Parts: sequence; C-alpha cells; structure tokens
Amino acid sequence: MPVWLNRQRALLDFALSSLGRRLGKTLGLAVVYTLIVAVLASVMLFSHAIRREAAQVLAGTPELLVQRLVAGRHDMIPAERLDAIRAVRGVKSAEGRLWGYLFDPAAAANYTLMVPADRVVEAGSAVVGSGVADVRGVAVGDLMSFRAHDGNLVQFRIKDVIDNDSALVSADLFLVSETDFRRLFGVPADRFTDIVVAVRNPREVRTVAEKIDAALPDTRIILRDEILRTYESVFDWREGILLVLLVGAILAFAIFAWDKASGLSAEEKREIGILKAVGWETSDVIRLKAMEGTVVSLGAFLAGYLLAYLHVFHWGAALFAPVLKGWAVMYPEFQLTPFVDELQVATLFFFTVFPYTLATVVPIWRAATVDPDQVMR
Amino acid sequence: MIHLTGVKKAFNQGRANEFWALKGIDLHVAQGKVTVFRGPSGSGKTTLLTMVGCLARPTSGRVKLKERDISSLPERFLTDIRRSTFGFVFQNFNLLKGITAVENVMVPAYPLGGDHGALRHRAHELLDRLEMGPKAKSMAEWLSGGEAQRVAIARALINDPQVVIADEPTANLDSARSAQFLDIVAEMKRDGRTILMTSHDPLVAEAGVVDHVVTMRDGVVVEAR
Repeated sequence: MPVWLNRQRALLDFALSSLGRRLGKTLGLAVVYTLIVAVLASVMLFSHAIRREAAQVLAGTPELLVQRLVAGRHDMIPAERLDAIRAVRGVKSAEGRLWGYLFDPAAAANYTLMVPADRVVEAGSAVVGSGVADVRGVAVGDLMSFRAHDGNLVQFRIKDVIDNDSALVSADLFLVSETDFRRLFGVPADRFTDIVVAVRNPREVRTVAEKIDAALPDTRIILRDEILRTYESVFDWREGILLVLLVGAILAFAIFAWDKASGLSAEEKREIGILKAVGWETSDVIRLKAMEGTVVSLGAFLAGYLLAYLHVFHWGAALFAPVLKGWAVMYPEFQLTPFVDELQVATLFFFTVFPYTLATVVPIWRAATVDPDQVMR
Repeated sequence: MIHLTGVKKAFNQGRANEFWALKGIDLHVAQGKVTVFRGPSGSGKTTLLTMVGCLARPTSGRVKLKERDISSLPERFLTDIRRSTFGFVFQNFNLLKGITAVENVMVPAYPLGGDHGALRHRAHELLDRLEMGPKAKSMAEWLSGGEAQRVAIARALINDPQVVIADEPTANLDSARSAQFLDIVAEMKRDGRTILMTSHDPLVAEAGVVDHVVTMRDGVVVEAR
C-alpha cells in the first residue's frame, strides 16, 4: 500500500478512536446534527416531490383554457363561442366544461363538482373522491342531497368512490351528470363554465391563444404553463415560510455546533501537545481533526438525509404535510414519488458539512501551531 | 554527536516578566553514552533538553546535531528531525487516555505511513521486551506508574531513534521500579543509543550505567564530569 494511503488510513483509524474516546460529546452532536439535516432535507424533498407531482398531473390537463370575463370576473361562457374557437386556425378541438364549487354545510367542506368528459354518470347518481366519502362517511349505494339554487333538494346516490391513487387531484371531486349540474346551479343549457382547447402543434399554443384572444375579446386565455408556474410559486412560498420558521432551529444548531466544534477542552489541547512532541507535524494534527469533523458531519448528513427520505416517502411527511400541502378540511391521501435532486443534495451538503468541518479546524489550527515544548513544562 | 555553543533561552522576552532559563551553555554529548543532567528545580535542565530534542529553539547560541546546525531550522524540519532522531519519555509519561497501551506506542509512527500490520507487530515486540506484553491491550489510564513509564519508553523507541531523552524518569517510581528503569537504560545503551536524562534522584546520577553527569544551577553548567 502506498505511504500516502497508509498514512491516511492510520490517521482515519486514530480519528475514529478519538471520537470513540469522547463518545458522549460526539453522539450528542451527531444526534442534533442528524435531526437538523433531516428536517431541512424533509422540507426540500417534500416540496420538490410535490412540485414534480403537480407538474405530472398538469401534464394531462388541457393546453388552453378559455374563460369568459364580465366586469373582470369569471362568468359562464355561451356555447356559441365553441364554434368561433373551432374556426381558429390551429385548433384541434374545443369542448365546453361544466364545473364549480359546492359548500356542504354538513361537513363544512367545499367540493369540486364536475361533469366528467371521460365517463358517463347517470342522472341522480354521483361518483365521489375519497376525501368526500371520508368526510361525509358515505359509501357506494348511500344517498347524498344538496339544496339547489332554487331551494329544491337534489338527491344523489353514490355509484362509485374514486380510489386513493389519484387522491392528490380527486379527493374533493363530486362527479355528476350534466342534467344534475345544470339543475343544481341553474346553469342554462347553452352555457359552460369554460372551454378547453386542444392545439394541433404544441409549439403554436401561444399563437393560437393570441388568435382566440383577438377573436373573443371578452375572454381570458389560461395556458397550462401558467398554471404550472402558479403551482411552483405556491409551493416555493410555502417552502419559504417553513424554512423561515426553521431559521430559529438552524441558528440554535449553528451556535451549538460552533461551541462544540470550536471549544477545545484542556484534555484535547494536551493531546495536541503530546502528538506534536512525539513527532506529528501541525498539518498532521489538523488533518486528524478535519477527519474527525468530517466523520461526524458526513455521518450525520447521510443519516439525516436517509431519515428525511423515509419521513417524506414512507411516512407521508407527517411533520410538515399540513403546511406544505395546504390547509383544507379534506387532506388528500397520496404517496409521493421518490425523487432526489442532485443540486439540492449538494446545496444542503455545502451548508451543513462544510461549515462544521471549518469550525472544527480553525481552533485546532490555533492550538496546533503552539510550540511542542509545552508538554515538557 | 550533539554540540551546544553559547545556548541561551529566554521566556517572555521583552516583557516585565522576562526570564532567562539558560544563560549560555557550552556542552558536548558523545554518541552512545548516558548523560544525566541534575540540579534543583528551575536550574534549566528540562529547558536544555527541549533545545537538544528540537522541541524548542534557543534564543541565541547554536545547537549542532552531527555537525548540522539545527538551532534555526523551520518548524517542519525540526519535526522531521525530532521524529527520526529522538524518542521522548516525559516526566508524567503523557500517554493518551482512552486508547490502549499498544495504540499509544504506535502513535508517533502514524504520520510516517508505514505498513499498519508491521507497525503493530513492532509495537507488540517492544512491549514484550519491556515485559508489558500482557498489558498491551489495557487502556492507558488503567496502568500503574511503572507500567505507564514502560509504555512511554516503548513509544519513545517505536521510530528507532538514535537519541532517547527522558525528563525526570524516576520521579514517580519507587526504588525497585527505578532500578528496573536503569536496567532498561543499560539495554538501550547496549543497542548503541545515546541517552539524555534529567534527574533529581541520586540513585540515577550514581548508577553504573551513567557515563556523564552535568550539574546545573540558575541556567548555567556548574560541573560536568
């Protein structure tokens, strides 16, 4: 084995045994360090995964949405606008959608009512999301009734409950037939909530949007990219809020770590003196202490990251889910797809391992540059 | 082997509490001999050994090791000479607590980067020679004074130094242990090593193994025989 490698191995062996000699201090520090990394990494992993999840969900949504505006507010769009949109060059298809929100006083929750485009729901029946079923304690075959816009009761028999796999987007869904929707909200037969537009060439989405905007001046056009951007900023904002709340804990850890890493005990100073007296160079002592610092910080970093991974992807991020998912009566039950971003790992590594190792080495450097003859005095 | 010419050493130089520990020492130490430095506390014995052992530099004067002037060498070179030429047995042994006797013996050789297995074997051999084999895996803090000293001697010998420096080696030992230590010194002398010791103990100064006795007082040599 080359001399250099032997030397590093001997120093690492000695560094590990030195850490073992100060087991209480080392363990205490490693535990707090691990927890801090775990908390920070959890926030990062969760918000990143949920952003990806949202992006994947939105990938299946329409490229263009056309909504009518009246006095700056969203209004029902007349069905005849469909023909005007279909006439725009580049438009593949245009379909009217019916959806809205319904407040259920019994559960004190808001449901998203929709007429589905991809499945048929018979009049008088409904398909509900798992959140709705949970909050109202209903199952297939049960009856649910709501008061319509004119005060009359509209009754639905639950025909199906959407499974948990798509809970992120379906937890609060209440799918009904077009007839029931129009009856419940009093929407005339020639009106839709909005219009979804598919475009032949995805690269022409903006051009098509401009054309529709020019043809229908009282509408607003919403692009899928814009929705995605809105989601991104919502999650960025939530992540930021959480990180601000964690600043106190991070600062406390920084002070704790600095104190533990930089405070050399009399015993440690004595040891450095002995090592120098028996022939260790200042650089050997610094390398040894840097190794000790690296072992603690790297170990804690890896353990903390692993803990965060388990917390977010196996235990449902129980600590932060309410803040990061949003506040609602119905929390969707869903499993995030594990995803680790290299840049994120590198950032966290740089802000945890690097400062700690530096904090360890600076005081050692000061202690290691004293004359070795102090051991003899 | 070692020549000292006009060696002076001041502590806190230029300050109100300036103190001259050595006030001009001229001395020659021959190779393969045992030299004892004696004198009262504060006479400069230990300070003189730190100059010779490259643990500190003199304020003025010259220290020559085999005709090479080592008194003004930078720290890195001094460390190199210290590691390859000198072995130290400190007054209170200065073993590292929390690690075993054999690990303590191996410590000075770590920065050299030799084969770990061979180093461990050599450390065990040294401990066996000093009758410390059975205690090789004992923690340093569990050892008695005599045992700790023998571990310290083994540590001093691990890099096979030409010169062994021992500061008050018998200060913490009873008469029987002191005699045992002098036997070890005789063995080291037979191996061809040069031994420098400081001691208050008449048992040491008058031992048959000792070739030269240098008496010091107030930072100067008052007698050398």
